Amino acid sequence: MLNRSQLNLHVPVPQARPGDQPDFSGVVITEAGAARRPNAFATETELRDMPYGLIRVLGSDGRAVGPWNPQIDAAGLLRGLRAMVLTRIFDDRMLRAHRQGKTSFFMKSTGEEAIGAASSMALDRDDMCFPTYRMLSYLVARDYPLVNLVNQIYSNAADPLKGRQLPIMYSARDYGFYSISGNLGTQFGHAVGWAMASAYKHDNKIAIGYVGDGATAEGDFHSAMTFAAVYHAPVILCVTNNQWAISTFQGIAGGNETTFAARAVGYGLPGLRVDGNDFLAVYAAIEWAAERARNNLGATLIEFVTYRVAGHSTSDDPNKYRPAAEATEWPLGDPIKRLKEHLIAIGEWSETQHAELEAELKDLIRLATKEGEAIGTLGQSKPSTREMFEDVYKEPDWRLIEQRQELGV
Amino acid sequence: MATMNMIQAINSALDVMLGCDPDVLIFGEDVGYFGGVFRATDGLMAKHGLTRCFDTPISEGGIVGTAIGMGAYGLRPVVEIQFADYILPAYDQLVSEAARLRYRSAGQFWAPITVRSPYGGGIFGGQTHSSSPEAIFAHVSGLKTVIPSTPYDAKGLLIAAIEDDDPVIFLEPKRIYNGPFDGRHGQPVQPWSAHAASEVPTDYFKIPLGKAAIAREGVAVTVLAYGTMVHVALAAVEDSGIDAEIVDLRSIVPLDIETIVASVRKTRRCVIVHEASRFGGFGGELSSLLQERCFYHLEAPIERVAGWDTPYPHAFEWDYFPGASRVVTAMQRAIES
Repeated sequence: MLNRSQLNLHVPVPQARPGDQPDFSGVVITEAGAARRPNAFATETELRDMPYGLIRVLGSDGRAVGPWNPQIDAAGLLRGLRAMVLTRIFDDRMLRAHRQGKTSFFMKSTGEEAIGAASSMALDRDDMCFPTYRMLSYLVARDYPLVNLVNQIYSNAADPLKGRQLPIMYSARDYGFYSISGNLGTQFGHAVGWAMASAYKHDNKIAIGYVGDGATAEGDFHSAMTFAAVYHAPVILCVTNNQWAISTFQGIAGGNETTFAARAVGYGLPGLRVDGNDFLAVYAAIEWAAERARNNLGATLIEFVTYRVAGHSTSDDPNKYRPAAEATEWPLGDPIKRLKEHLIAIGEWSETQHAELEAELKDLIRLATKEGEAIGTLGQSKPSTREMFEDVYKEPDWRLIEQRQELGV
Repeated sequence: MATMNMIQAINSALDVMLGCDPDVLIFGEDVGYFGGVFRATDGLMAKHGLTRCFDTPISEGGIVGTAIGMGAYGLRPVVEIQFADYILPAYDQLVSEAARLRYRSAGQFWAPITVRSPYGGGIFGGQTHSSSPEAIFAHVSGLKTVIPSTPYDAKGLLIAAIEDDDPVIFLEPKRIYNGPFDGRHGQPVQPWSAHAASEVPTDYFKIPLGKAAIAREGVAVTVLAYGTMVHVALAAVEDSGIDAEIVDLRSIVPLDIETIVASVRKTRRCVIVHEASRFGGFGGELSSLLQERCFYHLEAPIERVAGWDTPYPHAFEWDYFPGASRVVTAMQRAIES
């Protein structure tokens, strides 16, 4: 008889729960500048170590180091900083608006602002972003009118989406920002299809798609990766690993067994693992992947390692499932603080200027909010009820016309 | 004009659209080099090129998901799901994404995609090569669902579906790909060449979506049918001598309500026929619409002849498939009551 052990079902649990000391010892972190920067034209087989490292540029002293430094000029860095600060203040303002009953729902992206802002700036205006609902900084970095965001969040008469969508499910075609859907992972494949279309038409545009760590478990992640690899689609596929999917830690999505970037290996795609709170590292990684895509070398998977500082949404209380101090203990720090310190370190910024910037952006947001509130908040103002029946089809059929008449609008 | 069976008519529609619109492209499982398991895309890759008609991984969600992204870019993809029974992995993409993209983005993005899929039974296909899922698409706001019953209609409707700016589910009754099967399974099937609707223009033409066809004029009872069941209903008339008016819906969505209501107000009786199982089937919607609009014209309860509320069985093919005798019985009930 073999001496067999009993089987045991393994259910991953996070390192720390409420009341425990935060513990990030499981997160593999390397020194800034330590990751090699392969040629963007390297073959996939030459890149297989990359998903297990961590691309970082900004050191703890605020200096940019190593081969991934994207050499952005000070004006560019300040644009990125501004987009991130604007996003954070806007998030805070809209959370307050939710608490005041001005809207039904909101989701913050606190701590993840570098990912959207840097990728937005590293790509062209004509490239198309297939965002998740936590990518506001991508749009903000393209100077999307703040009042449009406010109107969408309030679902008021000036809502660009005509009151049809849950707050924060923006859509801004003219800004290269695809319509956000509540269904997780579904748009990863749309990014691949859009990129395939661009290649089919011999265009030079590329697509970028995002999913969170949790949504990598969806079947759409697998099909998107497969199609991207098979057709060499000019797409950058990104996983924002913010450690949490509502209450489930990234280990439940499979993150304890390997890195999310390493999923790329099985599909024959390059995978990069990047410090998501390092504006320069994000920018450099996107630039690298974009160069591959634009040169017909196909797709890249990038895992951005970050931390979801806020609750999942206004309907969530993270203190029920994780230590309250986790965000402050997060080893990759805060993306805004790190870029600010870098700008100060290179003599292009100061605490005074930063305080002035914050004040200026608060004013901007106050103005945009006032403008939106003058039109109305949720329940006080809404688009014409006729809009409920429009755009179901290009032209409404008899059912929709009859139902609109039945409602008397 | 040329004599075509339904497969050839579909192939011709695809060929015409590849020829006249560079934004049209075709993909799906086995549709490229091989030309499709039913030959619908035969020769198209060779004629139009590798990127115009190509093979995909076996991933229905991936096929429809990438098609939606292409549609958002501005292409007009025509994708194939090998059997309608296997469309369900793409159901999320169709319902949550394709159907709602225009609505949720207030017209900024839309999905002008056509999803072709062989459907229906009568071929000993068992549970996963026979089903008729039209009702689950009819229930989804934002999708259109089209079902041809002849080669002529198949080509004209498919071209209209491809040119339509809304997502269209194009269900092809595979039982009538080669001939107008009427449910008489004991007899040899006639080829399409013996049927008038096999005369199909070789070049571009289209049939508008949302327009039913009167397959047979009559006054005794209206039979509402689509796909293979149109031919079963015609056989039922032949067997019974009942002067029924047979309306071929052609589109489930948009539905030609005017033609249906006009026919039922004329005959004052109605039998609804479909292969799909009865409970929750599209016949329920038709029956309800007619009750609302023709109540004072109706002389008899509306009859429904449908598949049983079971999965599609193998050995019981002809016990399950709603054949002419069941349609005759229903017509007689409608007339005699």
